[in-house]
Amino acid sequence: MKAIEVERLSKIFKVQKSRGGLKGALQDLFSRQYNEVAAVNDISFSIPAGEICGYIGENGAGKSTTIKMLTGILVPTAGKLNVGGYVPHEEREKFVRNIGVVFGQRSQLWWDIGVIESFGLLRKVYGVSEQDYKKRLDELVQRLDLGDLLSRPVRKLSLGQRMRCELVAALLHNPSIVFLDEPTIGLDIIVKTEIREFLKDMNRQHGTTILLTTHDLQDIEALCSRVIMLDEGRIIYDGGLDTLKTRWGQGTRVTFQFGAACPLPRLQLLTSELHVTWTADNDLHAEVLVPAELNVSDVLAKIVGQPDIAITDIKITETTTDEIVRQIYQTGSASTGSAEGTVSHA
Amino acid sequence: MLSAYTDFIRIRFLTMLAYRVNYYSGILIYMLNIGVYYFTWQAIYGDRGEIGGFTASQMTTYIAVSWMARAFYFNNLDREIATDIRDGSIAIQFIRPYNYLFVKMMQGFGEGLFRFTLFMIPGMILALLLFPVRLPSDPIAWIGFLVMLFFSFLINSQLNILTGLMAFFVENNEGIMRMKRVIVDLFSGLVIPISLFPGWLSAIMQWLPFQAITYLPGSVFTGRTQGTGILDVFGIQVAWFVALLIPIFFMWRAARKRLFVQGG
Repeated sequence: MKAIEVERLSKIFKVQKSRGGLKGALQDLFSRQYNEVAAVNDISFSIPAGEICGYIGENGAGKSTTIKMLTGILVPTAGKLNVGGYVPHEEREKFVRNIGVVFGQRSQLWWDIGVIESFGLLRKVYGVSEQDYKKRLDELVQRLDLGDLLSRPVRKLSLGQRMRCELVAALLHNPSIVFLDEPTIGLDIIVKTEIREFLKDMNRQHGTTILLTTHDLQDIEALCSRVIMLDEGRIIYDGGLDTLKTRWGQGTRVTFQFGAACPLPRLQLLTSELHVTWTADNDLHAEVLVPAELNVSDVLAKIVGQPDIAITDIKITETTTDEIVRQIYQTGSASTGSAEGTVSHA
Repeated sequence: MLSAYTDFIRIRFLTMLAYRVNYYSGILIYMLNIGVYYFTWQAIYGDRGEIGGFTASQMTTYIAVSWMARAFYFNNLDREIATDIRDGSIAIQFIRPYNYLFVKMMQGFGEGLFRFTLFMIPGMILALLLFPVRLPSDPIAWIGFLVMLFFSFLINSQLNILTGLMAFFVENNEGIMRMKRVIVDLFSGLVIPISLFPGWLSAIMQWLPFQAITYLPGSVFTGRTQGTGILDVFGIQVAWFVALLIPIFFMWRAARKRLFVQGG
């Protein structure tokens, strides 16, 4: 069963052009000119129930706009949408009973009243029975360790405390689909880890479908089996995180520090049977890039143990997801990020 | 679900209660306003018996009751809505299974209840002590006035909602909100009763909703409108309440399509 289905979805915003100078300002008063900006441009994907999917992209790539269409906040310009059996913007009030939403940058709790009062109000808004509410709240409070926060007014909570309360607020009605827009933004590493663990457990226990946007790729690594990458309103990658890594990971980088000068040609000669690339700043320092299909130990075996080469230090670094993603963002397309050709998904 | 809406009334009432000290100064300011108009009208009347159909004593009562009615129906729904739209927190309102405008109306009513019990009533008592205000003796006038006062609140809130929703269509509706406040105070008959406007202007006023906010309930309270006349003026209020639902509906629908959440 598909929890979310998106077909050829687009959202175009009209942005007013302002002409320069006094004359331009006067012209703007009488006839406005608009630029059309496609925040989301003809995207399609579907997410099966029970999946945790990461939705990533640079700032302004269209992530939040997509989330806002999926949650029924924005009305799409074109395309078909189905979330949990509803067309979000058409049957908004019925539809939102089944989803939970957390915006990391916005609070959904009422600022002036106590946390527990906010929860009580949400219980009534969502029409959750007293019994279910008590059970669910106890479970969430215990799991997220909120015990002594409940009586405080929201404005007196720290960001980490507030974010945990936001999660409870979004989940009290036990939604089957949860949207998280940058849920870990600005949080310290301990709270981040806690929230990730919590989301993973929730997905496992209740089979909750989760779509989350984030700039912290560790969120993705910890939670998601699948990522959708967006750039300028288009999907540039949709697939497993592992595939992304093996395809665009540039292998392993080994850095050598030598005690005595060791010229680059010598190193190249030693590894001539292997397809590796050497670079060196000077004779005391060299770097080799080992492609994923080769073994690092094979390369090391050629160098280490040569009587004339005195190695003082070796450092082995794997390409991180951050680096891969940075590279893709910079080139603007997942298909040109590698020499291995295009991806079927893109 | 209904209990959620009543909860919005309760919570706003309690929140306002927490800030009640702010309103003590409000009572003084309103007394000052009543005082200024009272003495001005005293000077204008001199020994004339009637101006624009008001006797001097009716005018005093009219001023006091108009200001005290304003103490009740006034709210900042326009500003609250505009702020929600401008800072993008309106997005949160759309992920909830309720009608945002209805919730706003409930919050406005919670504020109204607070204003009625802790602002209008003590203010009215103070005004009775300070100025020669004559309370109606006819119970019908009291009932008519109180019912119409509630509709004053409804119509004023509807106008506030319309003004607030403008924020969807213009980048900054600050000017519109200020203009609305001045227009409501002037054209509702708070500053000058409508019967004292020049003929052409008062004729136009007959066709605008503002008179339904202050002038019509005030005329019932002062006893200038009596008997079945009360039903007539109440009818005008109800008609405006229903009529104003139409632009709100269309504006809200248009706003849904235009919505562009600020700040990502």
